[in-house]
Amino acid sequence: MTSVTTPPASSRYPAGRRAFPHRDLIAIGALATHEILFLLDEAERWVAFNRQPQKRAEALAGLTIINAFFENSTRTLLSFEIAGKRLGADVVNMHAAQSSVKKGETLIDTAMTLNAMRADAIVIRHQSSGAVGLIAGKVDCPVLNAGDGQHEHPTQALLDALALRQTLRARGELASDGTLTGLKVTICGDVLHSRVARSNMLCLQALGAVVRVCAPPALLPMGLDMIGAEAFTDFDAALAGADVVMMLRLQNERMDGQFIPSPREYRHLYGLTQARLALAGGNAIVMHPGPMNRGVEIDSDVADMPGRSIITQQVEMGVAMRMACLEVLTRRARGIAGWGDGEWV
Amino acid sequence: MKQQRPITITGGRLVTPAGVVEKTLRLADGLIAALGESPAEGDQVIDARGQLVAPGLVDCCVFTVDKPAFHFGGITRAGLMPDQNPPLDHPARVRFAASSGKPDMWVHPLAAATQGLAGEQLAEIAMMRDAGAKAVATGRAWIADSGVMLRLMQYAAMLGLVVITHAEDGGLAGKAVATAGEMATRLGLPSAPAEAEALAVARDIALAEMTGARLHLRQVTTRGALALVRAAKARGVAVTAGVTPAHFMLSDLALAGFRTFARLSPPLRPEDDRQAVIEALADGTIDVVASGHDPRGPEDKRLPFADAAPGMAGAETLLPMVLSLVRDGVIDLSRAFDLMAGAPARLLGVNAGVLAPGAEADVALVDPEKPWVVDARRMEAQAGNTPFDRQPVQGRVTALWKGGVAIRG
Repeated sequence: MTSVTTPPASSRYPAGRRAFPHRDLIAIGALATHEILFLLDEAERWVAFNRQPQKRAEALAGLTIINAFFENSTRTLLSFEIAGKRLGADVVNMHAAQSSVKKGETLIDTAMTLNAMRADAIVIRHQSSGAVGLIAGKVDCPVLNAGDGQHEHPTQALLDALALRQTLRARGELASDGTLTGLKVTICGDVLHSRVARSNMLCLQALGAVVRVCAPPALLPMGLDMIGAEAFTDFDAALAGADVVMMLRLQNERMDGQFIPSPREYRHLYGLTQARLALAGGNAIVMHPGPMNRGVEIDSDVADMPGRSIITQQVEMGVAMRMACLEVLTRRARGIAGWGDGEWV
Repeated sequence: MKQQRPITITGGRLVTPAGVVEKTLRLADGLIAALGESPAEGDQVIDARGQLVAPGLVDCCVFTVDKPAFHFGGITRAGLMPDQNPPLDHPARVRFAASSGKPDMWVHPLAAATQGLAGEQLAEIAMMRDAGAKAVATGRAWIADSGVMLRLMQYAAMLGLVVITHAEDGGLAGKAVATAGEMATRLGLPSAPAEAEALAVARDIALAEMTGARLHLRQVTTRGALALVRAAKARGVAVTAGVTPAHFMLSDLALAGFRTFARLSPPLRPEDDRQAVIEALADGTIDVVASGHDPRGPEDKRLPFADAAPGMAGAETLLPMVLSLVRDGVIDLSRAFDLMAGAPARLLGVNAGVLAPGAEADVALVDPEKPWVVDARRMEAQAGNTPFDRQPVQGRVTALWKGGVAIRG
C-alpha cells in the first residue's frame, strides 16, 4: 500500500520532520517513496562512520533502547544492539526465553511493562503478524519492527536497498535521483512465509525497481499480481535478464505441513548455482538476507563470489541502516530543531 | 411467567409471510390468538403507532446465552451451539441448557454430534434429543472423518434431527485465519483458499443426499459453495444454508490494521464472495441469517490477529444489518423476518417465528428507520467485539414480548 509520491523538484524530500512524519517504523507499506529515500540518505552518513576505527557517536547518549525479541534472532538483534551502542545509547536486550511471556503474561502487559521502564525506543521482533503494530499502539515511545510474523521486516528491506545503492554507486550505475528505477530484481525462495520478501517487494517497487517473485506453487502466496510483483514458478525463466537475484531461505519452522518433497529436490529446481546465475544479467548481483542454507537455496561458490555476491555488505549496511532509523525516530525526543511539532502519521 | 391478560396491538404493520399488512394482533394465553380482530373487553391495548409488528427473532445459532444482548436485538429464542465448556454432549447438560434462559428467553440446545466435539465418536444423540436438543451440530469445527460424518447423518435422519455443520475442510484450512488473496498476502496472515468451504459443502451435501438427512450448513460464505447449495436445492436435497451479517456486510478489507474484531470463522472473504452472498440472499439460496453471537473480552481479542479467538458479538446488530438488505432492495420485509425468525424456527421445529394464530406469542415492535450508532464500548452484550464499531445503522426493537409477557417497552 505504498503511495508513490514524487519528491519536490528542489530536493528529494520536505524539510524537518515532514521528511519522515512517522513515530514508529512498522511497515514499508506505510511509507512514501521520499520517506524511504530520506532514510537511505541518512544511513549513508553512517556507512563511512562505521568504517572508522573509532565508531562511537554521542547522538543518543543517555537514551535507553530496549530490544524486545519474542522470537530467536542472532544477526538482527546483534545489528540493532551495535547500532544503538554506536550511537551512544544504553541498549538492553530482552529475550522471550528469559521473559515473563513464558509465565503467561500477555503481550500487552509485557508492552506496558517495557513502557513503564521509560524506554526511549523499543525494537520488537515477534512471531505473529501485526504484533509489533499492536504494541506500538500501547506504548509512548517510538517502536521499530524487527520482524513481525510473516508480515514485514522493514529494516531488512531498507538495508537491502542501501546495499544495492552502494554497489550500484561503486559500479557507476546508480541513478542520480538515488532510486532503483528500472532495476530488475528476482526474489526466489519461501515467499509465502517470508516477511523479508513482503517488505522487499514493497520497498523495491517504491524505489522504481521491477520485482519478480519465484517459488514452488505451495510457497507462492495468492494475490502477488495485485501487489505488483510478477510471479514465477520456473526459476530459469524468472532469472532471465535479472540485475539482482535475492535468495530466501526455506522457513521450515513456519511451515504447517509439508510444502516441498525434500531439500535436495528443492535445490534441483530452485537452488542458485553458477549455471543458473549465468542465466541472469551478465553482472547480476547476488543477495541473501541470511541465515543461508548453503547447498540448498544457494551454492557456496555463488554465495562467496567476489564482485557479485554482496551478502556480507548487506550485513554491514544493516548496522548503518538501523543507526539511521534509531537516530531519526528519536529526533523528537531529543529536541532536534524542526522535529518537535505536528501530528504523527 | 404466564400471560395474565390478553393484549391487542393496534396501529401496527404486521410482518407476515404473505407481506406487510395493517392489522391488529391479539395475544392471549401466551399464543397468538388472531390477526385482524378488534380488541376484546378487558384486553390491554397497545398502540404500535405505525411501527412494524414482527415475530421475535429466532437466532440459529449462538455460542453464549447473553440475555441483555438478545433482548436488545429482539431475539426471543436462540439455538445454542454445543461448544460450551464442557460441551453439550451429555443429556444432563442439554437439559440444563434448555432451561437456562427461561422464562423470558428460550434456549434451544444443539446436541454435540460427537463426544467432546472431537469428531471421532458419536455422542448420545437420541437421549439428548429427548432431553430437549432441537438439532445436532458439529460445533465450530468440521468432522474430518467422512465415515463418522456418514454415520452421523444416517443416525440423525432416523431420529428426525437436522444436522448443522461447520463447512471448512480442515486439511486446507489448517491454522488459517484469513482467506488466501491479496489482503492475506499483504498482511502476512496464515490463509486458506476459499475452496476449503466448497470442498466441505460438497461432501456434506453428498452424504445428506445419500442418507436423506436434513442438512443445515451454518455458514456458507463463498461463491463456489453457494453454487453447490443452489444446485443441490434444485435437485431436491434437504439442505439449507445460513450466514451471519459479517459475510454480507464486510469483505476481507476489514482485516486492515490487523483488527481482531474482524477475526471470524470462517474468515472474511474477498469482495466477490461477499457479492455472491448477497445474490444468494436475494435468490433464496440462503435460508437463515443468524448472529453467531460470541462475545469475547480483551483477553481473547487484544492479541496479535492470528492469536486472537474468532467470533463477534452479533446479537444487537443482527436486525439492523438485515434491514439494510431491505433498504438496498435485496429482499423484502417478509423475507427478512423469514431469514431471522421463520426459517430458523422451522429448522429447529419450534412453534414460533411467524405471526400466525396458534404460534407462540413471541412478538417484537420494530422501528425500522430509527437511526443509531454501533458503539463497541457501550453494548448490552457481555463483550463489545463487533466489527461494525462506529457504524451508523437503522432499525431498533422498541418493545418485545416472550409468550405474551412483556420484556421490553
